[in-house]
Amino acid sequence: MSRIGVFICHCGENISRTVDVERVAAQVGTLPGVAFSTDYKYMCSDPGQGLLKKAIQEQRLSHVVVAACSPRMHEKTFRKAVESAGLNPFLCEMANIREHCSWVHEDREEATRKAIEIVGMMVERVKKNRVLPTITVPVTKRSLVIGGGIAGIQAALDIADCGHEVVLVEREPSIGGHMAQLSETFPTLDCSQCIMTPKMVDVANHPKIKLYTYAEIEHVEGYIGNFQVTVRKKARSVDEDKCTGCGVCMTKCPQKKIPNTFDRNLGMRPAIYVPFPQAVPNTPVIDRENCTKFKTGKCGVCQKVCGPGAVDYEQEDQLIVEPVGAIVVATGFDLYSIEEKPKGSPIKGYGEFGHGKIPDVIDGMTFERLASASGPTGGKILRPSDGREPKQIVFIQCVGSRAREKGISYCSKICCMYTAKHTMLYHHKVHDGQAYVFFMDARTPGKSYDEFWRRSIEEEEAVYIRGMVSRLYQKGDKIVVMGSDIAVGVQVEIEADMVVLATAVQPQKGADTLAQKLGISYDKYHFYSEAHAKLRPVECATAGIYLAGACQGPKDIPDTVSQASAAAAKVMTLFAKDKLEREPIVAKVREAGCVGCFYCQKVCPYGAVEEKEIRDRQGNLVKVVAYVNPGVCGGCGTCQATCPSKSVELDGYTDEQIVAMIEAL
Amino acid sequence: MTGRNETVHTEGQKHAFEPKIIAFVCTWCTYAGADLAGTSRMQYPANVRVLKFPCTGRIDPVFILKAFQQGADGVLVSGCHPGDCHYIAGNFHARRRFAAFRKLLEFVGIDLGRLQFSWVSAAEGGKWVEMVTDLTERVRHMGPMQEFKELALEEQWSGVIDTPELKEVYNSI
Ligand code: SF4
Ligand code: SF4
Repeated sequence: MSRIGVFICHCGENISRTVDVERVAAQVGTLPGVAFSTDYKYMCSDPGQGLLKKAIQEQRLSHVVVAACSPRMHEKTFRKAVESAGLNPFLCEMANIREHCSWVHEDREEATRKAIEIVGMMVERVKKNRVLPTITVPVTKRSLVIGGGIAGIQAALDIADCGHEVVLVEREPSIGGHMAQLSETFPTLDCSQCIMTPKMVDVANHPKIKLYTYAEIEHVEGYIGNFQVTVRKKARSVDEDKCTGCGVCMTKCPQKKIPNTFDRNLGMRPAIYVPFPQAVPNTPVIDRENCTKFKTGKCGVCQKVCGPGAVDYEQEDQLIVEPVGAIVVATGFDLYSIEEKPKGSPIKGYGEFGHGKIPDVIDGMTFERLASASGPTGGKILRPSDGREPKQIVFIQCVGSRAREKGISYCSKICCMYTAKHTMLYHHKVHDGQAYVFFMDARTPGKSYDEFWRRSIEEEEAVYIRGMVSRLYQKGDKIVVMGSDIAVGVQVEIEADMVVLATAVQPQKGADTLAQKLGISYDKYHFYSEAHAKLRPVECATAGIYLAGACQGPKDIPDTVSQASAAAAKVMTLFAKDKLEREPIVAKVREAGCVGCFYCQKVCPYGAVEEKEIRDRQGNLVKVVAYVNPGVCGGCGTCQATCPSKSVELDGYTDEQIVAMIEAL
Repeated sequence: MTGRNETVHTEGQKHAFEPKIIAFVCTWCTYAGADLAGTSRMQYPANVRVLKFPCTGRIDPVFILKAFQQGADGVLVSGCHPGDCHYIAGNFHARRRFAAFRKLLEFVGIDLGRLQFSWVSAAEGGKWVEMVTDLTERVRHMGPMQEFKELALEEQWSGVIDTPELKEVYNSI
């Protein structure tokens, strides 16, 4: 006979306000099998846990039900307490009478009755709970970092500096990400390249970092401590070991008119190229779509001029499997482009700001390239249409962001600050020019941020107009910008030479596909979801996967770097142990019942089901049955619901336990 | 079937019939969504009892039958949206299984208005509230679930062989 202890929490007044906790304790105390039942103000507090431990020992309790908040909140807390009192932690269950009861009902009588039923259900369930041993798995102390922008670089360096190997995978031919494209950074106006390139070189030279550029994640298998990641190293057409980075090929390539995406298509590049002169690695790649050799079979100039014979047109994509124990996702962001969006996209386009139609309407990143000393104009602010210096320039903030009707309701966080920075850069370069900014609010929380923004108005003479732009059109070589100044209540019309749109920050294209490969969740915009918004901001709900940077939400550089270091710290915490305990919620096969149909194997999303031969004493094969590898099993239970002979069972969620709950109703 | 919006459930209003609703949900999405409804202090009828599963993939249709048998008047099954399964693909298996199961129930003659399948993510506290409220209202209009109770009765009756024809057939088997 079980001796169940039931503990009803008041949660201060959060529960007791609508639920008569004493009545619940009295009522469930009469259920068969319940030996002890009480209520307490804060069960999770130190005295509350003490009460629990004392009762377990004094009352010789066999099982425990804590009726309090959601198990998602405190299940771990109470299981730990139960364990320290000498009971197996899995003999403890939580009944959720806060989130699912006291907070969602007002009627005290109804809520109390519901609470009694909820607790009653858990009492019946816990009777069927079994002792589960903790499962330990080894930890592979190597880490994968996806994305070679500042977030990925920082995380990789931190982990590698701790002595653990890092595999860094970057989709582009060079690491550096968006930060490498920036001119100066707020709020200090230091040159982005100058602080970024040394870090890029550190990555390339670090003995513990294995760098794959021009590579993507093909496939991910396994679980925390034991992932198997397949990396697709795309064919570069240049042998990285032979190439000396002399760059002769690039100067001799006859195909020179390919828009340079790194320069936001303002400049041109050859078909064999490095994205920018400071690229790491400094090994060119052939853009096969635009290479004459690949299109027509003729040319082959680069191969002829290459001294070390590094150019290899036959090179193929390579698939490499890397075993790692932890994964840091740092895939960063992309910018919203305002053209009309295809039907069915959750995000709509503006169309009306002329982006993509009027050449001198550019976005913020394009402005960065214009302002950058290493950019296509050598740092001169010039109009893309005619190369003239714009004397009147209009910046429009919140393009895409905070526009629910366009499908994005969030604030992109960085635009207020970078627009302020743009007005300064402009003022430093075009002394007789005038900058106007259309803005909704200035959001400048952050160390020295508001001071920076004020400086753009007070010292750099930017004119801020609170209001949105209603219309914008080309008139001769001017762009007429019409909008309202809601602070003064007048309409304004500016004849601008150039317009810069602070377009919204969005997750990278394909963020959803990558999330599906990794088995992590994302929100409706495809930003990756952290496990807990406040308390676990860098972990994914999927164990062993961590987030850094703008892939999780819009972020500036300081925030990104902090988060990257935090993610690295989490990885190191994981690597501090040699073995890992995992929840023993795994499936087990009852071999006697198993008929070897292997339906379970077909449905198992983790590929955890293996084949096992059963032999008699003479060694003759009796039958082949299913075997669930407890290290691989994710614990979803799909196999159990599928098994026609009911021979596989998920610990912690057995048929017995669930039926007991249903029968308690 | 009665339209779902005919009566508005007002808090505290007493009804002649209070249906029993059982919800089978997955931990990662719908359970978390229901938690969010709680932390946001949204209000909904107190008729629902939640059973937590790791994944909708674990939910055996037998549990739904069992719930009806135990006197549930409505059953709700809900998990992560397709593509968002915490266990990669458990909910796809669940979806296929339930599609077949619904057909079967329909064939047996159970009003499908009593059984709802929906996807509710961890961020959709509002959707959870809406769903529970709608289903409670709907089932309240439909009245108590009799089919299973009648079936149970029938089963008992069939055990009594009281006509001569039946006896004859019985003896010849
Ligand atoms: S010419 Fe050869 S060695 Fe020089 S950069 Fe090109 S591929 Fe590398
Ligand atoms: S519970 Fe079954 S289906 Fe799910 S991961 Fe484990 S073995 Fe595979």
